[in-house]
Amino acid sequence: MDVGDVSSTSSSFLGMGDYGEEPHVLAVDDNLIDRKLVEKLLKNSCCKVTTAENGLRALEYLGLRDDQQNTLNGSGLKVNMIITDYCMPGMTGYELLKKIKESSILKEIPVVIMSSENIPTRINKCLQEGAQMFMLKPLKQADMKKLRGQLMKHRN
Amino acid sequence: MDGIVELQRQLVEYTTSLYDEGFLDDQFIQLQQLQDESNPDFVVEVVSLFFEDSQRLLNELANSLEQQSLDFRRVDAHVHQLKGSSSSIGAQRVQGACIMFRNYCEVQNVEGCLKCLQHVKNEYSLVKSKLETLFKLEQQVLAAGGTIPMP
Repeated sequence: MDVGDVSSTSSSFLGMGDYGEEPHVLAVDDNLIDRKLVEKLLKNSCCKVTTAENGLRALEYLGLRDDQQNTLNGSGLKVNMIITDYCMPGMTGYELLKKIKESSILKEIPVVIMSSENIPTRINKCLQEGAQMFMLKPLKQADMKKLRGQLMKHRN
Repeated sequence: MDGIVELQRQLVEYTTSLYDEGFLDDQFIQLQQLQDESNPDFVVEVVSLFFEDSQRLLNELANSLEQQSLDFRRVDAHVHQLKGSSSSIGAQRVQGACIMFRNYCEVQNVEGCLKCLQHVKNEYSLVKSKLETLFKLEQQVLAAGGTIPMP
């Protein structure tokens, strides 16, 4: 579900995966169609998904707004990974990445950046700022395998 | 039985033509592969969202290009959105038309932009009509008791 109304849905797939429960991914994208696509891709890969349409909403959901930190985030559901589009109006994916990495409570969450444009300087900038991975849009099922790999590396 | 087979044949033939003529690319197959029992209308849902969103963007674009003081960045932002969503559903020709459009935005060529808008509108109309026909053919197969041949 889109953040505004905060609700998450999980896959009906059998998978418990290697997590005790399904990993929870926050997907951020200003494009409605892309949100729908990434949500389905993630759900089909046994992830719980919450979507947000911009960086501000994402930060609110994560319990971080106006650079203040709440110990209780909006939903109480721990986020295991954030996947965000790069090109968004207002706060870009890069700016969102920076805010997350600057936060003591959120910086450990792996962040994946997606973009329709394959620009090496952009990619490097994101990786240097601490992004786990960069993915080229449009996203495909094969990309989910890579994402699951990242989630496995980071589970605690 | 023959009825179903014939309908399926028509569907496959039509689908193939859409790929051959470049209306759709592999990304559309990705969408189809995502559809499952938990979400049996996924493709139609996403495509419907695409239709609504695209119409909105095309209206905005027409509006923006009529303004006295043309804001090319605003125009480009809308085209970028349309390029993104058409790419995500595999609407290859619409995506291509958007790429051209962005080039004209970059060099701030008004005439070029106007022509591109027309081109994008045409490609969008075409793919909309093609997809609607595709969905109708699929419905016919299902109504006759058949299953949709998977790509």
